Amino acid sequence: MLELLQTLGKTTRSAFAKLGRGTFFLLHTLTGISEVLPRPNLLVKQVYSVGVLSFLIITISGLFVGMVLGLQGFNILSDFGAEESLGVMVAASLVRELGPVVSALLFAGRAGSALTAEIGLMKATEQLSGMEMMAVDPINRIISPRFLAGFLAMPLLAALFSAIGIMGGHLVGVGMLGVDDGAFWAQMQASIDFHEDIVNGVIKSVVFGFVVSWIALFEGYDAIPTSEGVSRATTRTVVNSAFSVLALDFILTALMFGDI
Amino acid sequence: MATSASPESTLVSISNLSFSRGARKIFDNIDLEIQRGKITAIMGPSGTGKTTLLKLIGGQLAPERGEIRVDGLNVHRLPTRDLYNLRKRMGMLFQSGALLTDMNVYDNVAFPLREHTHLPESMIRTLVLMKLHAVGLRGAHRLMPNELSGGMARRVALARAIALDPMMIMYDEPFTGQDPISMGALVHLIKALNTTLGLTSIIVSHDVQETAAIADYIYVLSGGRVVGQGTPQQLAASDSEWVEQFMNGYADGPVHFHYPAPDYLDDLLSGK
Amino acid sequence: MQHSKTQDTLVGFFVASGIAALFYMALQVSNLGSYTSDDSYTVIAHFQNSGGLKVKSPVSIAGVRIGRVSSIRLDRDSHESVVEMRIESKYNNIPMDSGASIYTAGLLGEQYISIDPGSSEEYLHDKSQLDITSSAIVLEEMIGKFMLNKAEGK
Repeated sequence: MLELLQTLGKTTRSAFAKLGRGTFFLLHTLTGISEVLPRPNLLVKQVYSVGVLSFLIITISGLFVGMVLGLQGFNILSDFGAEESLGVMVAASLVRELGPVVSALLFAGRAGSALTAEIGLMKATEQLSGMEMMAVDPINRIISPRFLAGFLAMPLLAALFSAIGIMGGHLVGVGMLGVDDGAFWAQMQASIDFHEDIVNGVIKSVVFGFVVSWIALFEGYDAIPTSEGVSRATTRTVVNSAFSVLALDFILTALMFGDI
Repeated sequence: MATSASPESTLVSISNLSFSRGARKIFDNIDLEIQRGKITAIMGPSGTGKTTLLKLIGGQLAPERGEIRVDGLNVHRLPTRDLYNLRKRMGMLFQSGALLTDMNVYDNVAFPLREHTHLPESMIRTLVLMKLHAVGLRGAHRLMPNELSGGMARRVALARAIALDPMMIMYDEPFTGQDPISMGALVHLIKALNTTLGLTSIIVSHDVQETAAIADYIYVLSGGRVVGQGTPQQLAASDSEWVEQFMNGYADGPVHFHYPAPDYLDDLLSGK
Repeated sequence: MQHSKTQDTLVGFFVASGIAALFYMALQVSNLGSYTSDDSYTVIAHFQNSGGLKVKSPVSIAGVRIGRVSSIRLDRDSHESVVEMRIESKYNNIPMDSGASIYTAGLLGEQYISIDPGSSEEYLHDKSQLDITSSAIVLEEMIGKFMLNKAEGK
């Protein structure tokens, strides 16, 4: 019993310690952004590795998610004779929820894990330490550009996901199942509000981009510099990002759309 | 600052230094002096915290007690900006080379120049090629770090360490895991750079022969203390059993071959 | 830093397509594209019951959307629902004696205001009021009446 309490205490203490380190890390990273801005080359390189390299997985997933929504939505809505609302259903689910959330989960799996592994290996091979000895702050030079890139790429990826998903839904609904093209778009435009839906969706993806990039970079930076440590850190990135994204999604949804 | 506090000939002075990792004491009240323009070796068995000592000198770790002065400046009392300025004057060669894996040899050597100076690209090119030529790898400037052998990577890292013309270089185990040829090349390079560039060198190593061949002064560490010091000749003639065992590589001596264990026979017969 | 032109191009393509997707959603998917500027005038109508009508519900004539509901409030004295709608200025020839009814699009769809044009020579202008109104059909009431009729008819 006593041991159990001790373990609990120890876990709590180390969790708080980690949270503290993570907060300092984040503050340092954010101040480092001021050093990235005058050097856009650093940023372009990272936007390439987090954004461009995630482009394919995001667009293909978006297309399929949209097509599935079109198919499922049609089956349900046709029971009520409301096939014309298919556009609304596809667009609302993508723009409000699936676009930001699924693309954040894919981003965590594709770009987040890669960031953790990269930073963890740089730590394990003393590159970060070496940089420090060359009087270059590794957080400003290595972490901040990656953070900024993740933060910027995420809303773009989510928008791509939603846009392509809607096209996928249109392809299935209008192209294959015979929903009226005009009704599909008209109902969608009548119900999807720019501020309520699109802007809120973008805000969600900005928050997710911030959190996933932070988790991924911090786990890499905080990893135990061995191959096992880096592999564990990579796993933690994916698990913690997914958990944070889903929990935050609930909170943000409640704030934006709910009356809680 | 108080440059006069340290004699002109001393570049790094370490006094009353103590440092622990968890419960393990790595340094217990040690004193070291490193002379300007000389090659000083710090030797000792694996796990005596030699690398830790270099990180302490570089200000990456903070000591528990005691102070470290480099060129008269107390490393751990410096504000970050001054510490970074001091580090620009120190080079460090990591055991793995610590080359940045996402850029080629040329960009690695150019890295400190680009970060700390606003030199035009043509001048950077001249400097980089000069440094690479000094380590004999001018022809390899387009290779990526993963295309280099261990010895070549260390030489590139050395070129990078001297890119800003530092006053001192710290070598972390420069000879470990090298074949005889690249070992010879490194020994030659360290000696040559020290004389031609007027550097101060600190070598951390457990390779007795190679280190003794070029060092001007040697400190031998063990169990968190300095157990022997002197010129290579003095140490070779030392009557300390410990120093004798280390310098000659005897398997048994004051440092036992066996890790502390219960009695062998009892252990075998205990049947658990 | 050597950094390739291909990389720059791809990053440029990525950013451009992301922004294009945002614009696509703003204009094609949402109602931003059909937002009208201030080029509109307000018309007021009193309903006994405005049902599920909401701000931004469409206002239409003959199925063509001509504006949106801009506010719904309760008249404190008459306990009626006061609905204000903004109608695009280009539809400036709606007769004064037109009627407004609240209908539902489909069985479960959203509610909207439909305006039935009258025959007056005078046209609606800003702040004019529609007098002939018919309230929203509340499904429960209908069912209630239907049940009552059935019970009485027995």
